Amino acid sequence: MLELQKVSLEIQGDKGFEILKNINLKFYEKKIYVVTGPNGGGKSSLAKIIMGVYNPTSGQILLDEQDITSMSITERARMGIGYAFQSPPRFKGIKVRELLKMAASHNPEKVNICDLLYDVGLCAQDYLNRDVDASLSGGEMKRIEIATVLARNLKIAVFDEPEAGIDLWSFQKLAETFRNIHMKYDTTIILISHQERIMELADEIIIMSSGMVSAQSERDIILAGIMNNDSCACSTKCVKGVGQSAECVG
Amino acid sequence: MLNALDKLMLEKVADLHEIPQGAFNIRKNGAGVQRNTTANIDIITKTDKSGIDVIIKPYTKGESVHIPVIVTEENINDVVYNTFEVGEYSDVVIVAGCGIHNSGHHKSQHDGIHTFFVRKGAKLKYVEKHYGQGEGKGQRVLNPKTIIEVEEGAAVELELIQIKGIDQTKRDTEIRLMDNAKLVVTERLLTYQDQEAESNITVELLGVDSSAQIISRSVAQNDSKQVFYFDLIGRNKGRGHIQCDAIIMHNAQVLSTPRISAHHSEAQLVHEAAIGRIESEQLIKLMSLGFSEQEAEDTILNGFLK
Repeated sequence: MLELQKVSLEIQGDKGFEILKNINLKFYEKKIYVVTGPNGGGKSSLAKIIMGVYNPTSGQILLDEQDITSMSITERARMGIGYAFQSPPRFKGIKVRELLKMAASHNPEKVNICDLLYDVGLCAQDYLNRDVDASLSGGEMKRIEIATVLARNLKIAVFDEPEAGIDLWSFQKLAETFRNIHMKYDTTIILISHQERIMELADEIIIMSSGMVSAQSERDIILAGIMNNDSCACSTKCVKGVGQSAECVG
Repeated sequence: MLNALDKLMLEKVADLHEIPQGAFNIRKNGAGVQRNTTANIDIITKTDKSGIDVIIKPYTKGESVHIPVIVTEENINDVVYNTFEVGEYSDVVIVAGCGIHNSGHHKSQHDGIHTFFVRKGAKLKYVEKHYGQGEGKGQRVLNPKTIIEVEEGAAVELELIQIKGIDQTKRDTEIRLMDNAKLVVTERLLTYQDQEAESNITVELLGVDSSAQIISRSVAQNDSKQVFYFDLIGRNKGRGHIQCDAIIMHNAQVLSTPRISAHHSEAQLVHEAAIGRIESEQLIKLMSLGFSEQEAEDTILNGFLK
């Protein structure tokens, strides 16, 4: 189980800005969580704090009751935490095959990297020998990124907006892949997403806004709430046609 | 006879584990030590100056020529002039490389001046690897000059690689392309400590519909310095592309000047140049797969220089 206890994250600078505020969350084995909410609500920061890309300003992170708060990205990765980037980096001179082999190198199970590509909707023969560089489109990069996380034997797998840039056909394939992992393994899957179809995969949905968890519950309860609520997450209520100031006039 | 050190040098610069099949000429400390020719490939010692003529008959297919140079002593200053005649419609690989093992305190230097005539319709792959090692303070210096004339419809692929241990290098490459000739140059360069490297590549698109692609990737570490000058000159209808990327680390310096000059309205020339550090996102990605920071850095650099 992964547990965040009173986790806060503040960006240092002239004017300190709190990105995450007193987050308390528990992620259990064999469950799919979808973290959703408005842009700038702290979802990606939550993912990065789990992977160790950011260190919390205060609070603790526990994996199977072990305090991992001060552990590096590498140490957390070796303990079984994985993270698929929202905007994956590209590597000049490294082939898709090599990147996937690197990803699978710490997995005690034998991994078929061609199957991994198939699971994210890419044909192995077309992609294995291509460089992971600017010659790949955003959608292709995104799928390869997801495959690098699927290649690993993970306790916690975090996917930051996995659906972004992925076409409809591949999306179905991807959803099926998440379902299969869910059935076969004990991995805790944390999906950061705005997509209703991704939310439908969830056991639980967590809504984050303004750096806080504003709601957490079973999928159907939260989904019903989202569908019936047309309000936004602004600090004041937004109503169309109210703004009469000069800056609103085109 | 070649000793263990010689063999190690050969492996580093020419991927040779044994004496190669086919034509070869091994030069050690300023003198030829072993040579083999074939029915299609002749190697003749020059009479007017130090060096060899390599003559490849027209229509020679699938053969290779290895001409490695090894320097295992200090105080060597070896200048060699090699001429290559690559016959019409032949298809060959030429592997030239220089390995310097200098354990002494005096400089060892090898300057290879190579001139190629790649005749009509021929295909040539030319690989030049430079490698240095040795515990002494004596400098390891290599100043190669490569001149290539690529005739009508011929294709040349050039791999210029300097990965380790050369303290100072000045590499000059001049290539002239005739009608429908094609050129791909791949340059890989790594400098560290206080090494200095300069590479000047000039390509002239002289013929109609010739094309050239230059891909240069380098890594500069510690206090090393790299200077690049690329000049792509379009004198006729044709296409040319220069892409140079450098990763800069520590206190290193990289100066890169890509130049394109068009003297014809149908010359299409592009250059791209970038110098930057290793992206932190790249390191984070590999660390998130379980690599240490050092392993991640090595993996990124190895891939980049591959």
